[in-house]
Amino acid sequence: MSSDKHAHPAREDLAARVLDQTGVDVARCYQCGKCSAGCPLAAEMDFPPSQVMHLLQLAGMGPEYADMALRSHTVWLCLTCEICFCRCPMELDIPAVMDALRHESLRRKMVNPRARSILAFHRAFLDSVRTTGRLFEMGQVVDYKLRSGHFLQDLLQAPWMFLVGKLHLLPERVRDRRALKRIFAGARKAGEARP
Amino acid sequence: MKTGFYPGCSMKGSAREYSESLLAVARQLGRELPEVPDWNCCGATAAHNLDRDLALALPARILAAAERQGMEEVLVPCAACYSRLSVTRHELLEDEERRRRISGLIEADYRGSARVMNIVEWLEAVPDLEARVRAPFARKVACYYGCLLVRPAGIVKFDRPEDPQLLDRVMRKLGAEPVDWAFKTECCGAGFSVSRTDLVAELSGRILEDAVSRGAEAVIVACPMCHLNLDMRRPNIEKRAGKKFTIPVIYVTQAVGLAMGLTPKALGLQRHKVPVKFARSAAAPEAK
Repeated sequence: MSSDKHAHPAREDLAARVLDQTGVDVARCYQCGKCSAGCPLAAEMDFPPSQVMHLLQLAGMGPEYADMALRSHTVWLCLTCEICFCRCPMELDIPAVMDALRHESLRRKMVNPRARSILAFHRAFLDSVRTTGRLFEMGQVVDYKLRSGHFLQDLLQAPWMFLVGKLHLLPERVRDRRALKRIFAGARKAGEARP
Repeated sequence: MKTGFYPGCSMKGSAREYSESLLAVARQLGRELPEVPDWNCCGATAAHNLDRDLALALPARILAAAERQGMEEVLVPCAACYSRLSVTRHELLEDEERRRRISGLIEADYRGSARVMNIVEWLEAVPDLEARVRAPFARKVACYYGCLLVRPAGIVKFDRPEDPQLLDRVMRKLGAEPVDWAFKTECCGAGFSVSRTDLVAELSGRILEDAVSRGAEAVIVACPMCHLNLDMRRPNIEKRAGKKFTIPVIYVTQAVGLAMGLTPKALGLQRHKVPVKFARSAAAPEAK
């Protein structure tokens, strides 16, 4: 029976997917906890990095483990500061695992509701880049406010930024914006085509 | 050696003084820094968090454009852009199938011939930096590298990943006294500046706290995100910490410029939230 459990599709799915996308075999993690000790945001996370690795190792025991990892606040709180990867005695690229989990969490529509503002910011950022080829800071912040509902945040920052010349009212644009649009479309298509 | 310049989006907006001070220093050194033609955003955190191919394609388009211009190296002063460009070059040179796929996406054959260089490397390579110092930067400084200048070590292959030294060495050449401190490469909260300002205030506050407790008179940075969080987010930091921090945050290029005798204005120091009170005296007598 135990071999059946280990062959659970959730494990096939998630640990194998992580391995395929990042080259990281989560089974090699021996839970020393150095990643969690060094992580600047471990205290804010529902599962510190070492526990996320553990959830991936347990994914074969039942779908709830993979779900916990994918629904975690952790994957969105990870700053990619790379300190965990730097200190891991097994040299496991944990930030790359976090990237893969974020992509999977989005794909399966399992994003943690507490990560709403973080995701809203990323989406507003990419929208700006898709439209102009570069980040238009003011446009992005307006877009972020609309997406996140944080309308009043930083309202007083804008006039100051404008006064010291840090805020532009018009975007800088890439000349070949069509090429940028094709890159975004191509990347999206490739993402959707992945099994 | 033809060196191109990739400013990135921040340096055209919220970090424009980083660009102003770099170009002022380059002029003084007689170095040309042509921009990578028609460059686009590197995608930053947003792209690699949301879309794997996009996170590689956006930087690849930039590097391919630099290659087409015959640029052998690209100076990328923003540590976040530097990281994305370095990681992309590494991943595409490592995997031929991936290189071909991403080349298809950007409609250009990316070869990987242009090396990616950060600002500290560029300054370190100035042969006679000490001889150009007119007004020694005689201050105690906390050299803050942040995360992405030095990590992942296997990819950027630059300095030590946790106790780096090269920025300290540049500052010493200017006459500064770098302090020994614990937060050289701790994260400031980076891209959460807008979406989770509370976390940025906490992390950045710890960095300032340590710098001040070691007697530093300025924090020296080489990244627009670090500057934004430590300088512009100062009111948030102070509110969270329940105390005032008056320590200014200075781009390494501004420190070099001041030491060379350039005026604070030419280096964009007036654009900071936290005033650099000693700038005038440090840059005397040239500063008017």
